[in-house]
Amino acid sequence: MKDMRERRNGTQVLLVEDSPGDVRLTLETFRDTNCAVHLHVVADGMEAMSFLRREGTNVGAPRPDLILLDLNLPKMDGRQVLALIKEDNGLKTIPTVILTTSAAEADIVRSYQLQANCYLCKPVDLEVFENLVKSINDFWLSEAKLPAQN
Amino acid sequence: MPIEVLLVEDSPGDVRLTQEAFRDANKSIHLHVASDGVEAMSFLKHEGDHAHAPRPDLILLDLNLPKMDGREVLAHIKEDDSLKTIPTVILTTSAAEADIVKSYELQANCYLTKPVQLEAFEGLVKSINDFWLTKVKLPQQR
Repeated sequence: MKDMRERRNGTQVLLVEDSPGDVRLTLETFRDTNCAVHLHVVADGMEAMSFLRREGTNVGAPRPDLILLDLNLPKMDGRQVLALIKEDNGLKTIPTVILTTSAAEADIVRSYQLQANCYLCKPVDLEVFENLVKSINDFWLSEAKLPAQN
Repeated sequence: MPIEVLLVEDSPGDVRLTQEAFRDANKSIHLHVASDGVEAMSFLKHEGDHAHAPRPDLILLDLNLPKMDGREVLAHIKEDDSLKTIPTVILTTSAAEADIVKSYELQANCYLTKPVQLEAFEGLVKSINDFWLTKVKLPQQR
């Protein structure tokens, strides 16, 4: 019926990540797992907000169906990006998944306080990392109902 | 350490199915059931009979409930500084876009629709276990 994955071509995912190695791994795993995923990558918090607000060179940017957000980022940090997303009536309905190396309880609690949709730790092991990306795909992009694009 | 899950669900059939599927998927889950929104809030606030209720690690919340509806329960949870950090997953038969959008606006952590088919329902409970109770980092108690 109104399932956006039938209605549109592909699923738009925004990855906010400054580590080139993690970007590449995530890109490759999504490519192997689900070819309908269009992964957009921004390397800092300022660029993430400009993508979401379609500012400057991001004027034609699509609205993401899902955001994968690192916490420690240059220019504007992930906690601040998360707060801005969840304060914005236009953006708050986009599921925002924290994907970070930090397993600190303070970061976990703070992220849920700021209404992150879920919190995941990046595993250091390559295979485990790939499995986590697959789980994100299977759960968020297959099982979960996401708001349709507007 | 047991994992405390609060299921807010008024359909006895769905309660039983969920209990059985969790029992098969993960032995360390304690599934608590509240059958309406008022009872859910009283469980979360440790009121009355629920004075010793544990704080849930995860809440599974139906939308259409007697007494207080799921949207209202969700709004109360996410307005409360202490309760808002508990991941709250909507689990409902409604696939209406208005319900999906409204739930994410109210800061539901995720929205799932109950499949009508038995095997698909069990599969969904298993993926809730595999994702939310295995992969996801949840805040520690208290």
